[in-house]
Amino acid sequence: MDFNDTPAEARFRAETRAFLERHTEPLAPGASPAGPFIGDDREAVRRSRDWQALKFDHGWACLTWPTEYGGRGLGPMEQVIWTQEELRRRTPINIFTIGIGMLGPTLMKHGTEAQKTRHLRKMARGDEVWCQLFSEPGAGSDVAGLATRARRDGRDWILDGQKAWNTGAHFCKWGIIIVRTDPSVPKHRGLTCFIVDMESDGIDIRPIRQMDGGSGFNDVFFSGVRVPDANRVGAVDDGWRVAITTLMNERAAIGARGMAGFGPADLVRLAREAEGPRGKAIEDSTVRERIADFHVRAAGLRYTTYRTLTALSRGETPGPENSIHKLVGSPLRQQMATLGVELQGLAGAVMDPDYGAQAAWLAAPGMRLAGGTDEIMRNIIAERVLGLPAEPRVDKDLPFAAMRRNRA
Amino acid sequence: MDRGIRGASLDAGDPPERLNGGNRHAGPAPMNFDFSEEQKLLRTTAHDYLEDRAPLGLARSILESDATMSRELWAGVAEMGWLGAVIPESWGGGGFGHAELALIAEELGRTLAPIPFVTSAAVAEAILLAGTGDQKDRYLPGFASGDRIGTLALAEGRGVVRPENVRAQLPAGGALTGTKIGAPDGASANLALVLARDDADRPVLALAELEGVARTAEASIDPSRPSAGFAFDNSPAEPLGGEDEDGWSLLRRVLDRAAVLASFEQLGTAQRAFDLTREQILDRHAFGRPIGSFQAIKHRMADLYATLEIARSNCWFAAWALANDDPGLALAACTARVAATEACIEASVEMVQLFGGAGFTWELDCHLFYRRARNLALALGPAAEWRDRLVDCLSADPGIGPSAAAEPAAVG
Repeated sequence: MDFNDTPAEARFRAETRAFLERHTEPLAPGASPAGPFIGDDREAVRRSRDWQALKFDHGWACLTWPTEYGGRGLGPMEQVIWTQEELRRRTPINIFTIGIGMLGPTLMKHGTEAQKTRHLRKMARGDEVWCQLFSEPGAGSDVAGLATRARRDGRDWILDGQKAWNTGAHFCKWGIIIVRTDPSVPKHRGLTCFIVDMESDGIDIRPIRQMDGGSGFNDVFFSGVRVPDANRVGAVDDGWRVAITTLMNERAAIGARGMAGFGPADLVRLAREAEGPRGKAIEDSTVRERIADFHVRAAGLRYTTYRTLTALSRGETPGPENSIHKLVGSPLRQQMATLGVELQGLAGAVMDPDYGAQAAWLAAPGMRLAGGTDEIMRNIIAERVLGLPAEPRVDKDLPFAAMRRNRA
Repeated sequence: MDRGIRGASLDAGDPPERLNGGNRHAGPAPMNFDFSEEQKLLRTTAHDYLEDRAPLGLARSILESDATMSRELWAGVAEMGWLGAVIPESWGGGGFGHAELALIAEELGRTLAPIPFVTSAAVAEAILLAGTGDQKDRYLPGFASGDRIGTLALAEGRGVVRPENVRAQLPAGGALTGTKIGAPDGASANLALVLARDDADRPVLALAELEGVARTAEASIDPSRPSAGFAFDNSPAEPLGGEDEDGWSLLRRVLDRAAVLASFEQLGTAQRAFDLTREQILDRHAFGRPIGSFQAIKHRMADLYATLEIARSNCWFAAWALANDDPGLALAACTARVAATEACIEASVEMVQLFGGAGFTWELDCHLFYRRARNLALALGPAAEWRDRLVDCLSADPGIGPSAAAEPAAVG
């Protein structure tokens, strides 16, 4: 056991640093790396795209992509090293995770040559930003139950319906959408995937206002939106296979990308400062017990990441066991933020700028839902890691049109 | 082996940097956070040996008899060199390091081995850590050969052990008087590490031979690893490491080191309980399908799996800290101990529950796990004590603990 780079990794890290030091400032001590994109800040989008273009022009974008699409053909370990180093610098927010991380690989696998040639380099350079249009109000965890329709009209398709929880539609040029093309067959079999121009007529993008007041996502309405058949990805009615590629890339997303937030160290500081029932809160055994358990899980996740990185460093591919990060980490954040609010007594009812416990508490439920709910994570672990059988599915052989569904 | 583990030099600061060896500003580095091939081979050897010599039936046979341990298995593991794993060759041991010792403990935990391996190793560890030259010469060869079996005689009544509730007396140059209860594996031991007070009322950690000391057989919750009480009455004893050691802080250091090994034993027990439970829920049918297909059960298994993996990662890090004598050992040990205790207790409780009515019978092995898990959870002091100490470590330097920011981002 040790914690050092291999010589090759160390060389790559040095190159990475040299580039970053030439083009960026170090992160101020205690400052957090740029968080996920929230809201409608055009200036932030512009900075993000400029940074991406600079990286691309110097060969630092899309490290794991093939060279023909502007990548470097490197392994996931190099990607991790890059991410680690980039997070130590002051860089703009990253608005390309979904496109470059999930949709690019999907196009590489299922797209036509024309589609790859037209799109991938522009995607890699950030000239065109991409979004994902899968979830719907009536189809979340069971996304194959989606209802947005596409019907054929000559050489085009006409799309009607509503997509939800879309990140970035308001600044994206392109989207990848899964729609229903045949409602007369069981749900997985009647889906088709398309590339859709987000500036097409008939698209209406409206921000979703979240429970914490933020607006990081959109509802996207399609009414009579015309998409050429040339934009179809994969065969007609074979869209589920395409969607699976995207979802696998979503879940395989790995790296040391930190999400700065309210953690055990913040709780210790707060508990030393706040009054408890018998002196400072840090002296209260129930508080101590909870902080200890939070630390155990936070530390355990960190060291689990080390294990994953070790596997990557050896060229192994991390599997579905990686789902524990989300399953453990999301409720952990919620519980830590909750204690942070409770420790402040009556003052806990007030949004607190020093620790940010209330903001973390309000945002926390979203983390347990986005990118696969806690419940879906448990199914993934139970079925794919532990080999337990799936629940029987009553809609397996039922035509979509005959399924009992949610109202959109 | 310890010498095979390249130790990063650690200085205080934020943990990613601390952990990145010579690369101080590198942030969390990619790494080789795994046991070496040699260490894994040793684990396999231990696994195969114990599958053969210590099936679960062995633990049951001790549980159901008057024996306090399996002498045969003890002699066997002595022969394998495991008892002297970290004892230098000059005292009859040698060959391995603490990482190896931890892996052996994990395998012993898997089979519920009815031998006082970790408890006795804790006493050997104490002597290695703080013993005088004479104490090492006198005792270590016996630990390596298996003639010596150590126990920790700390508690005198119900509740947590603190310096101020210790009444046993060991005046300077004098003999030991006092009563101890619940000494783990005490029914098998012949040497005790005793917490007492000296004539200046300072805590002192002493070595006491148990031959000739009145021993109280205790009706243990886990008769496969029975505890005992001792009545010391002007019994021969001497301070570990001489008169100058502060007995309490020495005890904490000993317990930290022992906790790492105990955590691995707990991890092994937890994993075995989990594996057997998984087999059961795949095999058992109700309402026309395997009970393992119900989300009510699958989701609990997924949570338990996560708890186990969190414990494993914390254990591995603690093994690294122990093998490298890292300044962060205390925090790492507390963290591993709490995590492994939780995993082991939960796995054993879920095991009984998911085996259903049969799980509550004497005939099935579930109760062996239920008993052992609790026994192991108490042996070095209950989890509440370790949580408390963990927060002391964090509070002394909140910058030292990793935060939730360690979690890789979930995308989308």
